[in-house]
Amino acid sequence: MMHLLPVYPVAGLILWAAVSITLHRYPLAQMAVTALALLSAWAVSLILLYTATFSGPIVLLVGNWPAPFGITFVADRLSGLMTVTALTVSLCVWLYAAFSTAREATGQGFYPAMLAMIGGVCGAFLTGDLFNLYVWFEVLLMGSFVLIALGGGRKQLEGALKYVSVNLVSSALFLAGAGILYGALGTLNMADLAVKMHLQGMPMLSSAVAALFLCAFGIKAALFPFFFWLPAAYHTPPAAVNALFGALMTKVGVVAMIRVFTLIFNHETEVTHTLLLILAGVTIAVGALGAYGQWEIRRIFSFSIIGQIGYIIMGLALNTPLALAGALFFMIHNMIVKTALLLTGGIAGKLMGTEDIRRCGGLYVGRPLLAYAYLLCALSLAGVPPLSGFFGKLALIRAGFDAGAWAVTAVAVAASFLSLGYGMKVWMYAFWGPLPAGIPDTAPGMRSPSVESSARGMIWAVAALIGLMLLLSVGAGPLMRFCLATAEGLLDPREYLQAVLGQGGGALK
Amino acid sequence: MNSVILRTGTVYLRPLLLIFSVFLLLGGHNQPGGGFTGGLVAGLAFVLEALAFGLDQARRTLRVHPLTLVGCGLLLSAMSAFFSTLLGKPFMTGTWWVWHVPGWGELAVGTPFFFDLGVYFDVLGVTCLIIFSLLNAGEAEGKT
Repeated sequence: MMHLLPVYPVAGLILWAAVSITLHRYPLAQMAVTALALLSAWAVSLILLYTATFSGPIVLLVGNWPAPFGITFVADRLSGLMTVTALTVSLCVWLYAAFSTAREATGQGFYPAMLAMIGGVCGAFLTGDLFNLYVWFEVLLMGSFVLIALGGGRKQLEGALKYVSVNLVSSALFLAGAGILYGALGTLNMADLAVKMHLQGMPMLSSAVAALFLCAFGIKAALFPFFFWLPAAYHTPPAAVNALFGALMTKVGVVAMIRVFTLIFNHETEVTHTLLLILAGVTIAVGALGAYGQWEIRRIFSFSIIGQIGYIIMGLALNTPLALAGALFFMIHNMIVKTALLLTGGIAGKLMGTEDIRRCGGLYVGRPLLAYAYLLCALSLAGVPPLSGFFGKLALIRAGFDAGAWAVTAVAVAASFLSLGYGMKVWMYAFWGPLPAGIPDTAPGMRSPSVESSARGMIWAVAALIGLMLLLSVGAGPLMRFCLATAEGLLDPREYLQAVLGQGGGALK
Repeated sequence: MNSVILRTGTVYLRPLLLIFSVFLLLGGHNQPGGGFTGGLVAGLAFVLEALAFGLDQARRTLRVHPLTLVGCGLLLSAMSAFFSTLLGKPFMTGTWWVWHVPGWGELAVGTPFFFDLGVYFDVLGVTCLIIFSLLNAGEAEGKT
């Protein structure tokens, strides 16, 4: 029974998406089905994580074809951790979407597309096959295309168009890379690729293919030269969609990158990982500066997503256990806190009627809860000590010093101050500062009852995320130890290889 | 579009296309064809109907909303993929039933067929959804 489980968060969610499409006339039933699907997948992912931690990776051979030939699903610590986090965040976004007023996010297509997209995300985390990874990318993109175009104003479609075309280019690069690997090594199974790469290698080609994957996943992850599509596309759809994208889409690219660069392309690190380190540094700087220059809440935090991707890639590029552990911790923290911030931005925008912080103000007066929620998240994002953001950054910066990567570490520290800066900018303008003249007040009772009640409901989603963030801050020690163990498993993948390939995997090292 | 040739042609082509689509669907297991091509050809029958007799007529002939078709198709495919797990085998393991049909031989029906059937309905539904929406937009534009 246990070996069947890894497929549930993937195919199970798609099955539920199908159920929810057939219910397209009944929005309430769709909503309930989505909750049921997410909750069950979440429970399964917890079991996966527990089992992967205490009794090693769970391997599922799809269609009963043995490992290097068929498609495998592997639930190891990394994929288990990411699946659990992704589904937890998705549940909170569901809560937000359930309370947002009817036409905003919950058209006919919202819930099925959301389920299909999350199913694709889990598939990308759990698959052990390179071509299958491509397939899950396409599945999640298909869902995301629907989500990003839903409701479709002109501005939104413009963002969607950029998003679609850029992602098509990325998919083409990915496919080319996978094709070259298959041509050279005759396999697409990631574990088998790792072994073959180690035993026979690919002189000359290895770095070229690694660069192809770097570009393909870099586009998905919004890494430095490829980040331009993200701010254009992310802030236009409704906040629920925006939060889902911010939490999941870029992280899928990052996790794929971590998987590929620790498992397959880990031989010529002086080329690939140096390049990664430079890109990470520039990404951190560009993201932080870009966020500082924006004036709309969700635009600010869209840019901030880019900067934070840089931190995670920095951890990958440093390639030490501490750096990778820091990157993983930071990624989990970021998925939770960024979602909370984007949702808070959505609520504030709903209350004020605009997200331009120059035209907002005084939200603190009538909405102290929302204001404190925002403040906690913004401080955590910047990495202020007792909160969760601090621990991930601490590990990363410490690893940077250990590796002697002074430049990128300095950039990372400086960008932390900048992120405190833009976090406080929003606080000063939208929450603390006075209301500009001529803008209507937002104190309770001044708005229509439907906006009031939906804002009251939506704050629960933010509260849940903040609860998770505080849990992460309190439980930072155990989680960091877990991340360290995961990182060591990534750097020495014998356990993974043996789980997938049986004894053949022992050939490595 | 008002054309006697198109309308008369459609009357004869429609059943042929539908039968051919089923032929493609069934033959697809071992020969070129399958649920995808079959679904496209079946979609063609309804597109032709919409062009010749109008959108409303095509919607009536299809009877169900294209989205329902997509949902049911996806459901069928997903369930056929999950079926083997009920027997304790890994996900997507093919399960076959063989019947001896008197005077013909063995008839093997398996979960891959139901998977393909789901794909058939998916493609049919999506084709109709896209073309109907485009025709709808075109008609609305033509009226204004």
